[in-house]
Amino acid sequence: MAAALEFNNVDFSYDGSTPIIEDASFGLDKHESICVVGPNGGGKSTLIKLVLGLLKPQAGTISVLGRPPDESRAAIGYMPQSLHFDPRFPITVLDVVLMGRFGSGLHLGPFRRRDKEAAEAALERVDLDGFTRRRFSELSGGQRQRVLIARALVDEPRLLLLDEPTANVDQTFEKQFHETLRELATEMPIVLVSHDLGFVSSWVEHVLCVNRHVHMHPTTSISGKTLREIFGQGIVAVRHDQDCPPGEHVHHRGGDCDHHSKHG
Amino acid sequence: MGSGLLEALGNPLFSFLRTALIAGLLSSIIFGIVGTYVVTKRITYIAGAIAHCALGGIGFALYARHELGWTAFDPMLGAFLSAIGSALLIGAVVLSRSEREDTIIGAVWVTGMALGILFVKKVRRAGVSIESWLFGNINFVSDRDLWMVSLLGAGVLLLTVLFHKQFVAICFDEEFARARGLSVPVFYLLLLCMTAVSVVLLVHVIGIIMVIALLTLPPAISSRLARGLPTMMLCSTGLCALFIVAGMEISLRLNTVVGPTIILVSAAAYFAAFMMIGRFNR
Repeated sequence: MAAALEFNNVDFSYDGSTPIIEDASFGLDKHESICVVGPNGGGKSTLIKLVLGLLKPQAGTISVLGRPPDESRAAIGYMPQSLHFDPRFPITVLDVVLMGRFGSGLHLGPFRRRDKEAAEAALERVDLDGFTRRRFSELSGGQRQRVLIARALVDEPRLLLLDEPTANVDQTFEKQFHETLRELATEMPIVLVSHDLGFVSSWVEHVLCVNRHVHMHPTTSISGKTLREIFGQGIVAVRHDQDCPPGEHVHHRGGDCDHHSKHG
Repeated sequence: MGSGLLEALGNPLFSFLRTALIAGLLSSIIFGIVGTYVVTKRITYIAGAIAHCALGGIGFALYARHELGWTAFDPMLGAFLSAIGSALLIGAVVLSRSEREDTIIGAVWVTGMALGILFVKKVRRAGVSIESWLFGNINFVSDRDLWMVSLLGAGVLLLTVLFHKQFVAICFDEEFARARGLSVPVFYLLLLCMTAVSVVLLVHVIGIIMVIALLTLPPAISSRLARGLPTMMLCSTGLCALFIVAGMEISLRLNTVVGPTIILVSAAAYFAAFMMIGRFNR
């Protein structure tokens, strides 16, 4: 069976000289989820775009669900960072979710009945049934994030790619949100960019540190609670030596994660 | 004080008024649709550059016609060609991300205007001036304008019916649209071309300089009221038609220039709505 995600010696740079991602190799199984962490500007967004096939690596190969990224794109449920939305944009919740229904093909004319039914079903999954006719801008931050999850789910994806889904969400809602994600993780692999390792570590199998170089760490042996005890709430990076036998990791190359930094 | 629009419409001496009114009302449909995309996609300034650039084509056509003897080269054709050309140029540069967006907009804007004025000033024939193209001249409106508005309007309507959901997707969230496999460049350029067509339509009624007000102010008002884009388009079309009728009525009664009067009516409504709705909303 093909892996959910496989990077083999991937190099990428925008200008051909300054590497953003260097020699990245890792694999993700179909029943696993992964949390991507790393400093801002460390290459997390670039990694996401490589998975979506929107950027092409200069060297190495990427395979998504066993095929090249642009062939698998229709099977990826994607949720971008929500920072750049116009808060005044007049659009209904249903119409936002429907945007997830552009698979392949030309799609002339309005959306069909079955598209709308799929959108309603996706909204039901994130407990927003009855919100279809509401204006998107009227919703709370947490509700909006759930709408965007529904949009990622509406085309029956086989891989979920979520870029900082809890960035604008208040704390009370955050827990509930991670419950939804934990549930989804039992159905399909999730690749999640997040600072909230404390919440995530209880249901993701791996943590991927991205700072030009890429390192994958298992999270199975540490619980979310211990992680939070060790690092505090606002964790931004993992100590690579925490969970690996000494000597297995080589971290003296330039530009790695700051292994001991915390904030917040 | 002159008589009102209703009496004037009945007067056969003022048949151009009826033509202008019909052209304005038909254009309202296109303005409501395209303006909604322009406002939500936040490309008002690209629309402005395209409109001003049309002047380059108008100037060249007038020059070619009167000085080079290309009698078949209509200024309207020149306007369309340069508007579409500037739309594609700005679009291509923006998509390639090789220059700051506002910088290329400014550069295209002034180039078009400078070329237009340069060419017109070289026309030696009396009575040819740039002013009626800049600010509109309602006497120039002809039956041919009606045909043109209807034909191009039908084209814009057809594109909207076929591709509305794609336009919504790139207006709302371009990054996501790209990730879903939508050809964002194709629909972005198509949208800019529809904008180019719209800004040229009312050149005789409003003129090139102020037309973006009629394209963007009605949707700006509607966006505060409407729940979704279809409602916003309907509402904008209605407002646009209302502003044109009210502007023509006022200009007849007070004997003012039609184009600026329509624009001032729109702007007054916009500022009033801005203050009133803003107070109720938040």
